[in-house]
Amino acid sequence: MKRVQYEHSPIPYLFVAPQIIIIVIFFLWPAAQAIYQSFLLEDAFGLSSQFVWFRNYSDTIFSGAWLQAAGFTIIFSTLVTFLSLGLALLLAVKANEVIQGASTYKTLLMWAYAIAPPVAGLMGNLMFNPLIGDLYGFMNAVGFDFDHKLDPVDASFVVILISVWKQVSVNFIFFLSGLQGIPKSVNEAAMMDCNSSTRRFWTITFPLLAPTTFFLMVINITYAFFETFGIIDTTTQGAPGGATTTLVFKVFQDGFRGADIGGSSAQSVVLMVMVLALTVIQFRFIEKKVHY
Amino acid sequence: MNRSSITTHLILICGALFMTLPVWVAFATSTHAPETILREGLQILPGGHFFETYNEVLFVEGGVMKKVTATQMLKNSLILGVGFAVGKVVISMLAAYAIVYFRFRLAVPLFWIIFMTLLLPLEVRIIPSYEVVANMGLLDTYTGLIVPLIASATGTFFFRQFFRSVPDELLEAARLDGATSWGFFIDILVPLSKTMIAAILIIMFVVGWNQYLWPLIMTTKEENYTLVIGIKQIYQVLNEGGELPQFQKAFALTILATLPPVLVVLVFQNWFVKGLVESEK
Amino acid sequence: MSGVTLKSVRKTYPNGAEAIRGVDMDIKSGEMIVFVGPSGCGKSTLLRMVAGLESITSGEISIGERVINDVSPSERDVAMVFQNYALYPHMSVRGNMSYGLKNRKMNKTEIDKRVNDAAKMLKIDAFLDRQPNQLSGGQRQRVAMGRAIVRNPQVFLFDEPLSNLDAKLRVQMRIEIKKLQRRMDVTSIYVTHDQTEAMTLADRLAVINEGMVEQMGAPMELYSDPKTLFVASFIGAPQINLIPVTYDGKTLNNGDLKLAGFTNLPENTDLVLGVRPDVLTHNTAGQFGLRVDLVEQHGGENLVYGALKGAKNEDGDELEICLKGGKEMLPSLDESLQLSFDPATAFVFRKDTGERLI
Repeated sequence: MKRVQYEHSPIPYLFVAPQIIIIVIFFLWPAAQAIYQSFLLEDAFGLSSQFVWFRNYSDTIFSGAWLQAAGFTIIFSTLVTFLSLGLALLLAVKANEVIQGASTYKTLLMWAYAIAPPVAGLMGNLMFNPLIGDLYGFMNAVGFDFDHKLDPVDASFVVILISVWKQVSVNFIFFLSGLQGIPKSVNEAAMMDCNSSTRRFWTITFPLLAPTTFFLMVINITYAFFETFGIIDTTTQGAPGGATTTLVFKVFQDGFRGADIGGSSAQSVVLMVMVLALTVIQFRFIEKKVHY
Repeated sequence: MNRSSITTHLILICGALFMTLPVWVAFATSTHAPETILREGLQILPGGHFFETYNEVLFVEGGVMKKVTATQMLKNSLILGVGFAVGKVVISMLAAYAIVYFRFRLAVPLFWIIFMTLLLPLEVRIIPSYEVVANMGLLDTYTGLIVPLIASATGTFFFRQFFRSVPDELLEAARLDGATSWGFFIDILVPLSKTMIAAILIIMFVVGWNQYLWPLIMTTKEENYTLVIGIKQIYQVLNEGGELPQFQKAFALTILATLPPVLVVLVFQNWFVKGLVESEK
Repeated sequence: MSGVTLKSVRKTYPNGAEAIRGVDMDIKSGEMIVFVGPSGCGKSTLLRMVAGLESITSGEISIGERVINDVSPSERDVAMVFQNYALYPHMSVRGNMSYGLKNRKMNKTEIDKRVNDAAKMLKIDAFLDRQPNQLSGGQRQRVAMGRAIVRNPQVFLFDEPLSNLDAKLRVQMRIEIKKLQRRMDVTSIYVTHDQTEAMTLADRLAVINEGMVEQMGAPMELYSDPKTLFVASFIGAPQINLIPVTYDGKTLNNGDLKLAGFTNLPENTDLVLGVRPDVLTHNTAGQFGLRVDLVEQHGGENLVYGALKGAKNEDGDELEICLKGGKEMLPSLDESLQLSFDPATAFVFRKDTGERLI
């Protein structure tokens, strides 16, 4: 808080009003609706609805399709997070080491941030297109019986590859800035104390990057949950047989394509709870960070 | 050059190729004739059909879709990107100013309301959001497209953080200099935030341009498509009966959808990186 | 010009902490008052209450005849120089100096005239179109002063304005501030924790401790006639030597140390003897001995530090005292010096209340 503030007056209300009004209309109200609708069951024609307590929840959550999507989402998020973080960390450490061409590397490694996930998805999809895609041909040429239209593992591979590709740049930016934020004197002190650069990295640099890493994990999980919608929608669309359907994609599928408003809302609420949990973890962590 | 530094460069070159090659291939392929692509697959070198392809995609009706050209989609994307960025900066600066610099009764509850928006990504409340916008008759309008996206609190938190780092003495000096609350905001705070505003504008332009799910569900008419959602319609082009699949157009469209945000990020790289990193502190 | 009056001024924070605990003060027109005290004593808070940047819990502050408790800062007719200068970083020097005048809707020619005059007086007229980040620390300091001067206020307020400057510049600016204040004859309040700055600048200085004024008076008055142990120890450099003692009716005692020449003191009470380093003299027939630990040569004078023989401090360790002598006084390490002083030049305080007895 500021030491000195302007005292009570109607002015601050005018300043926050635009944001609050938009939030109430387009956030709070729809969110409340989602919760309310998650307790309703509509009849087949969508003409009347009836309050069914938690039936939508039990129906969705215990359905095989939802569990399959949940399972895929967890595996998918974990892989995307670790692969993109690992790759980005490697590149950031190397980019932080070089002197020659440092800014060129930096630019080339970060620019993909600006590409929209669905655009990346479409590009990837075209590269894997059996008619022209050299990647498709390559995968088969090196001995895989590759067909992402039919094989769940191959389909997951495509989606994960594109998702990782799209996320490396943002992780790279944060890791590089985290590395540059480590005082030079700390690195110099470490050089005098420890001769092995690998050991220096794991005992000094990596622990100092821990706050960045943790923050990025949260960002990446959120990304894998929500923003990869665009990638999935432009590549596999959840196929084959729901093998690449994430929870968010399923909300969209059931709500818009399947018109199952109650079930889709119940899924939304479950997702909200997940985001909430993630935020709580993040904030507990930030509190800790403030202490040291 | 010693061996470890060669390895370092090698790793970085591989990384750079991994990040750039797909987009380059997409561009190179888009400049070839459909027959070449179908016969030889993806292309690594540019071909001779650059003007033909891009002219058809950008300016010829029916070039990519039934009646809309990519120019129209480009325009929609620009309006979404710029409108989103500007709207977000204005609204969040005002709110952050009120929260940081004023003492008022509802400050805490209002802060929490704004904070809550971080917990509710659009994706989890997509259907009721759609209904609200539909009931207000805002489907297929720029207002309906942009305004619901503006409300999220990221910008507000960013400016709140920045305002808190502004020395208290500036407000005190301004008050002794007789500045009103609006005067302090306009004369001191906004000019001081110039760099931050630029950084946020850049980031938000990219975020706005890249919106997918929301424009997808709330635009029903072709002429309101943005490039990012327009690309999905390209599947139609690929599968038009009787003709050769128009892969070069699909690639051209992805390049067009990529180019403006990439240019913005590259031109303003330093501001962009600073803004991105600062905003998460 | 007008003076400033504080009547039973108090400041209590919402959490119950008392920052200012009843201050009465009468500052005459044109006077330069320095608030001095350790950090956290409330001196800055008091200044900010005069400026209107902190609210007043109770009591009354007036400038001239006007009570200003509820007057907004910009209407109090005061100008302030901040510790970190608080220059508007995006405005030129001219912009910084004229901003307050523009807000007061002054006409442009008058603004220009005032800015130019002040800039000339402060020798910053060559930098008027520069940005603050193109200026050196000393120049920024002058701009901050200029911003205050152009307002032509009833009262100048200075909040540790020199603490961000290096030592040499600080002395130079100190002299300039004093000259400027003399010439403009504006009532000024100056906050500092630096006792040299306080002594040299003040017409009168107020020693503040824990939210109260311990003593207020001319610098030399506070030096030679401190009312409390706190004032005696805060004013004067090097610091006064403080020796815990008790009185047995005849002498002041600490261990083997016995000092005669004191009368009328309470017995069986913890007392503190205060002896300024410059009243101690080296004398073969001295009353007590000193084992030399360190000699600091300051050029014109030397400071000798050493342990007082036979005496212990409160923790039972050696009692370190300081003696000021000429540049020829150069005892070697561990040498014993015999010292004496005139009891009339020493102070005796009660240890519990800090009240001065002699």
